Order: sequence, then C-alpha cells, then structure tokens
Amino acid sequence: MKKPASSWRLLLVAAVALALIAMALGVAACGGSGSSGGSTSSSMADTAVGAGATFPYPLYSKWGSDYAATGAGKINYQGIGSGGGISAVTNGTVDFGGSDAPLSADDLSTAGLVQWPQCVGGVVPVVNISGITDGQLKLNADVLAKIYNGQITTWNDAAITALNPGVNLPSTKISVVHRSDSSGTTWIFTNYLQAAAPGVWKAGADKTVSWPVGVGGKGNDGVAASVKQLSGSIGYVEYAYAKQSSMVTVQMQNKDGVYVKPSLETFASAASQADWKGSLPSMYLVLVNQPGKDTWPITGASFILMQKNQGDAGRAQAALAFFDWAFKNGATSAQSLDYVPIPKSVYSLIQKDVWKDITVSGTPVWQQ
Amino acid sequence: MTTTVAQAGNTGQMRRRPVAGRKLVDRLVKVSSWIAAWFGIFVMGFLVYEVIKRGIVAINWDFFTQPTPQDATMTSGGGMANAIVGTLVITLCAALMAIPTGFLGGVYLAEFGRNGRVATMVRMVANVIMGVPSIVVGVFAFGIIVKPVQHYSGFAGSVALAFIMLPVMARTTEDILNLVPNELRESGLAMGAPRWKVTLGVICRAARGGLITGATLAIVRVAGETAPLLFTALSSPYWMTGLFGPGGFFGGPVANLTKTMFDFSGSPYSYWVQLAWGGALVIIVAVLGMNILVRLLFQRGKEW
Amino acid sequence: MSTQTEYLAGPAGPRDAAKAATRGRLRLGDPIFRVIATICGLIVAVSMFGLTAVLIVDSWPAITGVGAKMLTTVAWEPSQGQYGALAALVGTALSTIVAMVIAVPLALVIALLLVELVHPTVGRVVGTAIEMLAAIPSIIFGMVGLFVVVPWLQATVVPWLLNTPLGKVPGIKPGPSFAGGGLSVLTAGIVLAFMVLPFITAVSRDVLRMVPQVTKEAGYGMGSTTWEVLRKISLRYANSGIVGAIFIGLGRALGETMAVAFIIGSVYNVLPHSLLDPGTTIASLIANTFSEATSKLDVAALIELGLILFLITLAFQVLAQIWLRRVQRTTGGRA
Repeated sequence: MKKPASSWRLLLVAAVALALIAMALGVAACGGSGSSGGSTSSSMADTAVGAGATFPYPLYSKWGSDYAATGAGKINYQGIGSGGGISAVTNGTVDFGGSDAPLSADDLSTAGLVQWPQCVGGVVPVVNISGITDGQLKLNADVLAKIYNGQITTWNDAAITALNPGVNLPSTKISVVHRSDSSGTTWIFTNYLQAAAPGVWKAGADKTVSWPVGVGGKGNDGVAASVKQLSGSIGYVEYAYAKQSSMVTVQMQNKDGVYVKPSLETFASAASQADWKGSLPSMYLVLVNQPGKDTWPITGASFILMQKNQGDAGRAQAALAFFDWAFKNGATSAQSLDYVPIPKSVYSLIQKDVWKDITVSGTPVWQQ
Repeated sequence: MTTTVAQAGNTGQMRRRPVAGRKLVDRLVKVSSWIAAWFGIFVMGFLVYEVIKRGIVAINWDFFTQPTPQDATMTSGGGMANAIVGTLVITLCAALMAIPTGFLGGVYLAEFGRNGRVATMVRMVANVIMGVPSIVVGVFAFGIIVKPVQHYSGFAGSVALAFIMLPVMARTTEDILNLVPNELRESGLAMGAPRWKVTLGVICRAARGGLITGATLAIVRVAGETAPLLFTALSSPYWMTGLFGPGGFFGGPVANLTKTMFDFSGSPYSYWVQLAWGGALVIIVAVLGMNILVRLLFQRGKEW
Repeated sequence: MSTQTEYLAGPAGPRDAAKAATRGRLRLGDPIFRVIATICGLIVAVSMFGLTAVLIVDSWPAITGVGAKMLTTVAWEPSQGQYGALAALVGTALSTIVAMVIAVPLALVIALLLVELVHPTVGRVVGTAIEMLAAIPSIIFGMVGLFVVVPWLQATVVPWLLNTPLGKVPGIKPGPSFAGGGLSVLTAGIVLAFMVLPFITAVSRDVLRMVPQVTKEAGYGMGSTTWEVLRKISLRYANSGIVGAIFIGLGRALGETMAVAFIIGSVYNVLPHSLLDPGTTIASLIANTFSEATSKLDVAALIELGLILFLITLAFQVLAQIWLRRVQRTTGGRA
C-alpha cells in the first residue's frame, strides 16, 4: 500500500516552516539586539510608546527619527487625537500622551497625571478656492466664526469681499471642514473664536463641539486631506500640515488689527508672551488672541502627559530621556518645521518642578 | 401595425400578443443591457487602472526594503517593508490558529456531525459569524485581549483575523469534503482502515486541491482586512523587534500594510499618499495573483 | 469498526495479517480523532456565543445607563453626555439603500450580458475578471473613493446637479449640513455599490449559467424572445441564488467600515436631510471614535453601538434564510 497522507505531512511541515521563517525574518530584520524580556528590564534601547494629538505629530516623528539615528532609543508615537491621547495615558495603554488641550489642575490630580508643554505651534485656516493663492485671502475672527456657523455660505459674500478688495472671489458654495475626532487643535481654534468673536461664536470651546455645519476629518491630516479633495472648502490645521502639503493658507487679523501671515516669527511672538512660570504646577495656559503687531492670533502649545505613578522605571526613563534630548537638541528641527521650541528657561523649570512628580514607588525617575 | 403569429403547436387558444411589441421590448432590453453592463464593467476596470496608475510610481527597491517614513518632509526613500512583513506575520499567526481548527471543524461537520442537531447548529452559527462586520470582531478582540493586558499587540490582531477565518475555513472544508463520493469512504473502511486514517489519508487526499484552494483564499481574504486591526495591532513605524517587549509581536503595536495605507492615504502629504497607492497595488497583485495561482494549480479540468 | 471487519473477513490472507498487526493499537485513534474534530466544531459555535457575550457584558453599563434612548436620540456627542445612534442608523440605512439600488440592477444586467449576449469566451474571461475583483479589500475602494470619486462629485457632478430641476427634489435638495456634496451619503453609496457589485454579479452569473440549456431551449422553441426566456425561466430558476447573493451583499454594505470611513463626512450630530448631505454610519462612527473614548461609559456606549450593528446584520441574515426557504418552496428552484 502506498504511504498514506505524505503530501499532507509535507504541507503541514511547510506551513509551520513558513510561519517560523516569517517570524524569524521579523526578528532578524530589526538588526538583532532588540529588547526582549519583560517589563522590569531597563534597557536604553527600549521603545517608548506614545499616542495623542496630531498637532505636533510632524515634529515628534521628525524628532523620533533623529533620536533613533543617535541609537539612544526609539519612540513610537501614534496620532489619534488629543482626546485619544488623554484616555490612552490615563488607562495606561501608552507611556505618554500628547494633547493640545491641557487638563485643568483638578482633572490632572483626578487622573494622576502631570503635563508640560513640549512645543508651540500655530493653527492656520486653509482654503481650496480656484484662483486664490497662498497668503492672498484675508479673514478676521468675525467672518471666520460666521463661516463656521453657516451664516456665510458663498465665497463671494459681501463680508469676505469687504476684507479683500481687488481679489476675484468665485460664487462657489463654502464647504466647511472641521475635526471629527476629539481634538486639541479644535480646542485651540474654538478658544480663539470664542475669545475674538464672542458675539458670533456660540458653540463653545472644547475638544469637540456641536458643529453647526460642515464635514469632519479625522486628525489634522484628515482635515488637510479633505480640504485638498473638496473644491471651495475651508479647514483649520496645524501649520506644518499646511506647509508640508503645499496648501493655501490665509492671513488673519490679530488683536492689534494687523493682518499677519502664519510663520515661525508670528508664532514665536505669541509664545514669548506665555507666563509658564506662573502656570506651574499644572502648566495650563491658553495662548490664543495674544497682543502684539506681529502675533499670530491662533497659537497654542502642545502638551505631554505622563502618569505620576509609573510601574516600569525603564520605560519612564526612556520616555523622559527622549524629551530631555528633544528640549536640548531638537530646537533646530522644530524651527525648520515652524514650531516654536520651548526655551531653556522654561524647560529647566519643567525638569525641576514637574518631572520630579514622576515616580516609581516614591522615587523620582528622572535624575538630573 | 400588429401582426400576430400562431404560436408553434397551438390551436389559437393562447392570448395573441403582437410580435413587433415583444421584439421591441427585447431589443430595448438588449441595448440597455449592453450599455449598462459595459458601463459597470468599465467602472470596475477603471478602478483597477487607477490603482495601477497611482501605485506603480511608488514601486521601487526601497519600497520593499525600507521601513515606513516618519518624517513628512521626505519625498523619496522609505518604503512599506516593515508593514508588509508585519501583515505577513500577523496573517500567518492567524492562519496557524484558524486553519487547523477550521479544517477539523469542517471535518466534524462533514464526517461526524452531518445532519445531527449539534452539527446543524454549528453550521448555522458559522453562517452567522461570516456575516458579522469585521469592525465588531475588532471590538471583540480589543475586549478580550487588549483591555486585560493593557497594551496593543500584533497577536490581538491575529486573534481578530483568526476569528474571521475560522467559520470560512470550516464551511469550505465541509463543502469540499461533501463533494467526495461516498464510495471512497466505504472502500477505505472496508479495507479495515480506522476512521481517522480514511478521513485524513483518503478523503482529504482526494479533496486536497479544493482544500488548499479554500485555505489559501481564506488567508488572502483576511490579509486585506483593516477594521479588525484598528484597535488591536494598531501600527508602528518600526520593524518588529522579536516576540515580547514593547516592539514585539505579543508586546506592542505591529506595523501592518492595511492600517498604514489607511493612515497614509488620509494624510495630506503626496509622498505618503503615493506609498499608500503602492501598497494598494501590492495588495491587488497579491490577491489576484494568489487567486489565479490556486485556480491554475488546483482546478485543472474544472471550467473557470 | 472491529465488528465490521470481522463480519467482512474472508479467507485468511495478507490483509488479515495486516489487520491483526494493527488491531490492538488503533482502538484509541478513532475516538480521539472524533473528539478533537467535535471540539473544533464546537469552537466555532462557542466563539460566536463568546462574541455575543463579550459584546453584551462590555456594553452593559451603557445598556443600563442609556438604554433604548440610544435608538431615538440623534446626536452622538459623548463630551456632552449624548449617546444618540439615530444619525448613524439613518446614514447606514441611506448609504446601503443607495448602494443596493445601484448595484443590484447593474449586477443582473452584467450577468445577463455575460451569460446570454456575448461570445462565450468573452463571457468567461470577463466573468473571471469580475470574480477576482470581488476579492479586492475594501480599503482600496475607500482610497479610490476619496481620491477619484469625491473630487469629481464635489467639483463637477453636484454643482451641475444642483442647477437642474433635480436639485430641488426633497432628498436631493441640500440640507443645513450640506458641505459641497463630495463627502456625502451619496458618495458612500456609490462606492459601496461598486464594492458589492462584483460579488453579486459573480454569483448571479454562476447561477444563471446553471439553468439547464434544455429548459431555455424549450422557451426559445415556443417563440420566446431572449428577454422573455430570461424573465420567465432563467430568473425564476436562479431566484434563490440571486436573492441569497443580494442579502450577502446587503450584509457587507451594512457593516462596511473602511470604504465608508473616508468619504461619508463624519457628521455625528445631525441627520442628513438629503443624499448630498454628509453623515455617518455605525461602523465608521465606531472606527473613528473608538480610540478616544475617555470614560467607561463612552467605551461601553461604543460597544453597544457594535452590538446594535451586530444585531442588525443578524436580523438580515435570519430574514434571508426565511425568504430563501419560502422562495425554494414556491419555485422549487435549486441554486
């Protein structure tokens, strides 16, 4: 009789072998000495996992790849929105969270977290109108709020043409784009509308609001992508997204009545007025609508949140080492992406007064 | 105007309907079918054409060897290599869990349970699971794996995919085994061979073409799923660093092709979008290629 | 087994030696195999019940806290304490209806073309191509939708449509949340239609091909036209198969996440007043908001949404089974 089922055994062996090869490939492809072992080892080559705001994502990922190039460690940051970042770090599913909407002192202590600003950036309205080029269109808070209220519905509305004499605006309907997820960028944007156009903007200032009109994009990238696909649309994104995808930005009228373009200088002008020392220990600060003739009115800081009580000193140390490196060595990269880095006077304060609260069994993780 | 024709073999008792009218309707239907059908076919072809057109620019050596770019200022370099490997690993792990179990379940349905009450229930349940939206499966896997251990992992993604593969494999196995004629079973048993030898050595051997096809198509199908991985394997810009630890298969998020495509195509950076299209092209080629391959290898003689 | 072999035993020979050699050893093989196979079969069933149980248990805080109000409240705004699924339900229903209205007639017409009206080789080649298309993952449809369909609708089709009398018809006339028509229920419906189209076409074609030639020839012999043979003979014969395929396509469209998430507009707080308004579906709502659910109630509410979606698809499957059984009884067709 023939040997039974030999082809089956062959198949089974082949399948198992394939699986093992694939796993071996995965292991080998990293370049060997990757971290193994459980949660108590503290290898400096650990990956620290973070999630949260998409506002600083271009900056954190640039820092991440530069930091990985130094060999000191790896950072895996996923942009899921500020709300997602807060809940992920509160639940302990990530080592640090990112949010442009800071928590109040009460919320911080309830959640057992600390927060500090890691960078400052600008939220910029972007448009997709035929014939309009970058920096050409001028808007102010009143008109912007009315657009987002659905009160102004076409681009050649009298209110817009009044601000833009000589500009040929088409009669296209305005398609409003906002965030569909819980977003710190929305928090900054709506805080601005509320502060600068309080009579018009009634939907409040929060990470999510009940938008009167418009479609939702997921993340800063989703909003940017939607504005790119929809002719006649307007959205708000962090400046790096607009610049890197060559989108059309607008000029905004600031508190001093001057029309400014978004740039590192106008963001820095707003950031320089932040009283970080006075905001300790929670570091809660709103930077919109600052005075100054060169100030960009929709500026905000992006915060990092970490748990006070850490379970794994190695993971916490890895994360803090990254942020320390970013403070000390990341200023040039930040400026190249038009983010305002946190100055030394402020980050020394952060490392002294805020990081001391990050402990493992009572002992602070960060050693100066 | 109207001419009537006596229907073949009738004695004039049928209702007389004008031939011209019926011919007109028939012609109309044929013409509109031609137009509508070729329109539909054209659109489907256009879809494939768009993927090829947009994806082919992204395919180069880097695409298959470099990890996904993190820096949005890059306009070249970087690739999807870690994502492709991640998808392969996650899918293979799911297959390891689901294929043997599903196969044996199908054997149970075809050989042992047959029309019994338990088997009928299992069959019904399998049909139901096959209709469950994949996002619900992802939520389920999140609930039983990610939440208790407090971190995302590639393994959780494999569990979700295995859940989807299991009933498909079972029903496919049952259908194929049912096609094997009973005489084979009877002759095997008549020779004195034990049941398990007959089933595995004779029946499955006879049906092995169909079984391998079924298994391959099931694997290929889940490899393209995105929703189950959204809250389980998440994604990562790095290579997997082994099995445990924050970068490992069981310890943390694992890069995979479909979630990366989702992230990149929702971004405004044209280079990342281009990479996403490249991934789409790779998937289409893989899916269609596997389909053609299994048909060629295992269905010789059967009409396509 | 051993009694069988004893009964059939003939004169002693080489087979008997083989049997005798194996007799003692294999008594455990069969029961073990049977047990293992049965366990695997049961795993299939248990996994399903496990899924249902986990969904119910994990959504319990929401079922007790929000309960049936979820089905009647419009807006989904957890930050304001509102957990309304109605906007998502309406969006799901509308996009699925649009998808089916487009896909089913097209599928039948293409299947008719391939089976009756073209040269058999062309029919075979195109038919195989369509079967392959059915295997394409849905995320690719979402991408093509976002980069091809959305800009085209926004810039060309919708402005044109609004200038025609059709633009005033209720259901097409833009509602308050109108945002240009590119990201809208209509776009989602169109993309979904082409996603389920290959599958329904492939099954319809297979089923129409199985109609016996003899029956069709009998019809032609009586003087019927192609269309009459199709309508009165082929479709009756293939009814249950086609209906089954439609229900499966319907189930896929209802639960589809990736094809829709990019392109339906993600508006959770108002009902779409027209096809050109943006909206959301249950699946894309879960996909977009799951990772940022902050409180236990938020997570439980989202899982309850998943449970609702699960129950809806379940209901359609049961409906499909009932319908199919009735159809099979009346027409006697097999497919």
